[in-house]
Amino acid sequence: MADVIASPAVHTADHGHHADYLSDPEHKGIWSWMNTVDHKRLGVMYLWCVLAAFFVGGLFALLVRLELMHPGEDFMNAEQYNQAFTLHGAIMVFLFIIPSIPAALGNFILPLMLGAKDVAFPRLNLASFWVYVTGAIMAVTSIVVGGVDTGWTFYTPYSTSTGGAVTMMTMSVFVLGFSSIFTGINFVATVHKLRAPGMGWFQLPLFVWGIYATAIIQVLATPVLGITMVLLVMERAFNIGIFDAQIGGDPVLFQHFFWFYSHPAVYIMILPGMAIISEIIPTFSRRTIFGYRLIALSSVAIALIGFLVWGHHMFTSGESALAASIFSFLTFLVAIPSGIKVFNWIATMYKASISLDTPMLYATSFLLLFGIGGLTGIFLGALSVDIHLHDTYFVVAHFHYVMMGGTVIAFLGGLHYWWPKMFGRMYNESVGKIACGLVFIGFNMTFLTQFFMGSQGMPRRYYTYLDQFQPLHQFSTFGSWVLGAGLMIAAVNLMGALRGPKNAPANPWGGTTLEWQTQSPPITHNFVGQPSIEHNPYDYRNFKVPSDAV
Amino acid sequence: MSQAHEASLTEHGGHGDDHAHDHHPFHQHHFATMEQQFDASKIGMWLFLATEILLFGGLFVGFGIMQSKHSAAFIAGHHHLDWQMGALNTCFLLISSFTMVMAVWAASNNRNGNKQGILVTNLLLTLGFAGGFMVVKYFEYSHKIHDGLLPGKFFHYTGPDLVPNMFVFFSFYFMMTGLHGFHVLGGMGAITYLIIRSLKGDYTSDYFTPVDLIGLYWHLVDLIWIYLFPLLYLIS
Amino acid sequence: MNTWLRNLFLPNPASIKAEGVDDLFMFILWLNILFFLLIAGLVVLFCIQYKRKSATQKTAHIEHNTALELTWTILPLVLCLVVFFWGFNTYMQASVAPDGAMEIQVTAKKWIWSFGYPDGSVAIGKLWVPANKPVRLIMHSEDVLHAFYVPGFRIKQDVLPNRYTETWFHATEVGDYVIPCTEYCGKGHSEMKAVVKVVSQQDYEKFLEEGDPDEKGLPPEKLGASLYVNLGCSTCHSIDGSKGQGPSWKGIYAQQHKMIDGKSFEVDENYIRTSILQPQSMIVEGYQGIMPSYQGQIRERQLVALIAYIKSLK
Ligand code: HEA
Ligand code: HEA
Ligand code: HEC
Ligand code: CUA
Ligand SMILES: [Cu+2]
Repeated sequence: MADVIASPAVHTADHGHHADYLSDPEHKGIWSWMNTVDHKRLGVMYLWCVLAAFFVGGLFALLVRLELMHPGEDFMNAEQYNQAFTLHGAIMVFLFIIPSIPAALGNFILPLMLGAKDVAFPRLNLASFWVYVTGAIMAVTSIVVGGVDTGWTFYTPYSTSTGGAVTMMTMSVFVLGFSSIFTGINFVATVHKLRAPGMGWFQLPLFVWGIYATAIIQVLATPVLGITMVLLVMERAFNIGIFDAQIGGDPVLFQHFFWFYSHPAVYIMILPGMAIISEIIPTFSRRTIFGYRLIALSSVAIALIGFLVWGHHMFTSGESALAASIFSFLTFLVAIPSGIKVFNWIATMYKASISLDTPMLYATSFLLLFGIGGLTGIFLGALSVDIHLHDTYFVVAHFHYVMMGGTVIAFLGGLHYWWPKMFGRMYNESVGKIACGLVFIGFNMTFLTQFFMGSQGMPRRYYTYLDQFQPLHQFSTFGSWVLGAGLMIAAVNLMGALRGPKNAPANPWGGTTLEWQTQSPPITHNFVGQPSIEHNPYDYRNFKVPSDAV
Repeated sequence: MSQAHEASLTEHGGHGDDHAHDHHPFHQHHFATMEQQFDASKIGMWLFLATEILLFGGLFVGFGIMQSKHSAAFIAGHHHLDWQMGALNTCFLLISSFTMVMAVWAASNNRNGNKQGILVTNLLLTLGFAGGFMVVKYFEYSHKIHDGLLPGKFFHYTGPDLVPNMFVFFSFYFMMTGLHGFHVLGGMGAITYLIIRSLKGDYTSDYFTPVDLIGLYWHLVDLIWIYLFPLLYLIS
Repeated sequence: MNTWLRNLFLPNPASIKAEGVDDLFMFILWLNILFFLLIAGLVVLFCIQYKRKSATQKTAHIEHNTALELTWTILPLVLCLVVFFWGFNTYMQASVAPDGAMEIQVTAKKWIWSFGYPDGSVAIGKLWVPANKPVRLIMHSEDVLHAFYVPGFRIKQDVLPNRYTETWFHATEVGDYVIPCTEYCGKGHSEMKAVVKVVSQQDYEKFLEEGDPDEKGLPPEKLGASLYVNLGCSTCHSIDGSKGQGPSWKGIYAQQHKMIDGKSFEVDENYIRTSILQPQSMIVEGYQGIMPSYQGQIRERQLVALIAYIKSLK
């Protein structure tokens, strides 16, 4: 690798303080936000939206857990429970986790990291945001006008025959897909064309690599989800005869279509999380990242192989033994690049100078929780074992470990990492750590138990269950309260900081990537002048820790 | 977009002041050069076309699977399509692709307005052929509607060659040609926009990105039809 | 330790397939534990050992190490291949039923399982089979997707509306095993259960001749009460007056009930009988005609018992 370099965070000091993007006198008032094309403002607006979605999805999760305290009907009947878990899953996936990191943090940070003034297509970015809002409004409408009880997977023929607002919800997913595609197109073009002069592909920060790989999946997989949703709506409305067995269709075809998108989508969810971890670990270890190229390329490998494994969700669906074997085999192949990343991150902590600030605490939690989530994927990829585990709580536990324990924990880490940059304010460090601890404990209480239940034979999507599972279910419900409390504290801590003075230095953590070279919060045009790329990212050899770093 | 205070800001920058040259009116502030702006737009367009291909790809796969499931019904169904009409439409689109190429060529060589006439004429021709395509589609559709050859539950054809599940063929016929038709209409809107701006003299060899991009889009619409035509009209 | 973990995670193995699956499960579990301890151990160790000592502390500049990186690419790859082939093997061995297996037709519909025996008789909610014999299940659904799962046997297979799917098992131990439906199928999904009754060969023959021994010798009311659960009536009908998918049975006997076509009937033996055998012929006001017909799937004795039971619910 070329000689490394760091001529960090000194530029801002030379130029004094400029009005930042939040208080820019030329962009004032609500309207200036509503039609802004500034990637930072769009990132912030996205952030409020996805946090709201997380909150609503989380409330549904708490209701689901509460109902599962006891077998039998507690306060929701079967119908209400089915709607509750469907909405929980659909909101978390389509409104929260898919846009969360790319559209909120990615929008804000990625152009800064590239030393660019904006994304390639600022107006498309604005369109993406409003399309997202439209989709979200449609999703909320469908909850109000009749609810949806299909599960987030919309399997036919149940979804073509049940009542409720399924059509509205599927159209909302269709619309949200466009928002995701727009974001993806924008990021690919931005990474290709708007890198600062001198920044080659292997000088890109790893966050950029991760978002870039994600954007490729967004562009290539989402249209298939779009057409699937259209076909589903057509089947419901006009009985076109493709999925409905009663009129000659093939219900399993729907599953192929759905997972062709939704398996790559799980990598849309995790790659940005991994991207954040690749930033946090070197910064708080003050050490160059171990195996830069392998981490960068493994993101792309995951994105590409991820397209070929969708059939592992369908081992029991009646697909042929040959297909099942191929899908199982490829599933194991995708696990390898993830493993490479995990070990490279750990190696980065070797002989480092580690400071366990809140973001780093989240990053270490990520390593443990994503480790468990990913490793339990190995059970599910193994054919004969998955036959036993499919559609049980084992799967539920697996995907919460990767999505909540992986992506959401990384997202929280990223929020704490970039909060000072985004809003110019420091939050309370001790409170941040306490919240992280509670989230970690509560999360494991909630979901570790579910592995035992699942492999013992507790099916998912059940509002009542055999008495033998009650102790574990109850424990899991208690865990969800601890988890909820931890998240609440984190939220209060972060939001509370916004009311304080703008006290964040340009580079509080001693980061080497370009976003730390501009002031906090950044000025409207990001940088005063063109930032200089003299070094590879994460080179700490000549790095001077800014005097005001914490 | 606020290009206005751009200049004042770059003044502060000690280095990297590559904005010194004069600004083209359509140059967006976050791009360093017109060339960079053009390349970025082009990448964006190619990505968008990729999503279009995948969107139609889903329908093609669905069609293939349903065809192998109900092959007799699909063959019976396709006899109701008029391949001559389809072929005529194929010609319309092929020629319009050619005129589009001419338009792009004219725009990219348009110095001091010397190719202005060729540009506008070719855009008008393209629009005309697209319109012709839609007219033919109109006749085809009304014929089907009259016979009751409609998608899904609206299918009420009762002729002698009725085969079970024939409605599935027409579900796909209408979905695929319908989606394609919407793309043609969208393209016509875009070409109209190009004509208006060409008349204003906005496109020159320095800046013709929209003509180039919409040209690409138009070729894709054409290409999809080239696949649809044999698939729907000429199965056997 | 191994047995303890096995019992923590897996229900008692009760079929010949179970052993193979469980061995692989345990192998992966140990692999998981090992790698988790490795990750957690290193993370904790490094966090302690390399804790930041001063703000300007210098760190090692290690960009990469090819040998190490190869190790953690190839080692997991090899392990993954082992798991793949092992899983593939146990799956293939278990995928085709041995010749001469006894065949049972399984029909799933919202939200009951019924089992058709070679002699033409049909049982709802209970699958009687002899121990130590391979049994092949040929399954289809009459409405949406369902899935046939027996945790104790480690088998699961989706049941589809437009085609037959099959699975098989060879039970090794006498006992009762639950069959929960594991493909989401709507309101009654959580309660769509049946039981595999694995019995000795003699008991099985006795069942074929004389019907369900659990039902024998019970007074009609008691039998009705157990059929209420076993036949799946409880999925839709409550006995405490609360409204479910169908009307509650509490106190309905001798009431006047209005139908959606405006007619009105008194709930008597005949009305109940018709309600069970031809539910679509009279649909109670305020409900949809979603009740399945039990025609041909229920014996006269069971019908009488149900009527007696409904009568008894005051
Ligand atoms: C963020 C989302 C995310 C991620 C990253 C993953 C990652 C993986 N998933 Fe998961 N998965 C989901 C989200 C995700 N999954 C969801 C939402 C579902 C269910 C959807 C539904 O039905 O509702 C699901 C379901 C699911 C199934 C279907 C189960 C079923 O329904 O029967 C399978 C089966 O193969 C599977 C496998 C895997 C594998 C092998 C990985 C791998 O990529 C994991 C790789 C990582 C590691 C392996 C850990 C790190 C590696 C090492 C430490 C090296 C050492 C490793 C070895 C020696 C193996 N997943
Ligand atoms: C991103 C994805 C995601 C996330 C984060 C979660 C989070 C949680 N899920 Fe989720 N879950 C799914 C995706 C997700 N889930 C999916 C796809 C399904 C399948 C649905 C289906 O079968 O169709 C599912 C199903 C599912 C089930 C199974 C239901 C069933 O099969 O019957 C259960 C049961 O325990 C459950 C519980 C929980 C709990 C307790 C949380 C908790 O972690 C939630 C904690 C969150 C909160 C309590 C909100 C608090 C938030 C704030 C205070 C704001 C924070 C703001 C800042 C920090 C700034 N989920
Ligand atoms: C899938 C749901 C479902 C199942 C399972 C079901 N029922 Fe019903 N049942 C209904 C519904 C809905 C109605 C009301 C509409 C109607 O009359 O068809 C009903 C009506 C009835 C009535 C008339 C009640 C009245 O108030 O007039 C009787 C009697 C009855 N069912 C008996 C049974 C018996 C006995 C069984 C089991 C062997 C059973 N049902 C299983 C849904 C169900
Ligand atoms: Cu039947 Cu779930
Ligand atoms: Cu998957």
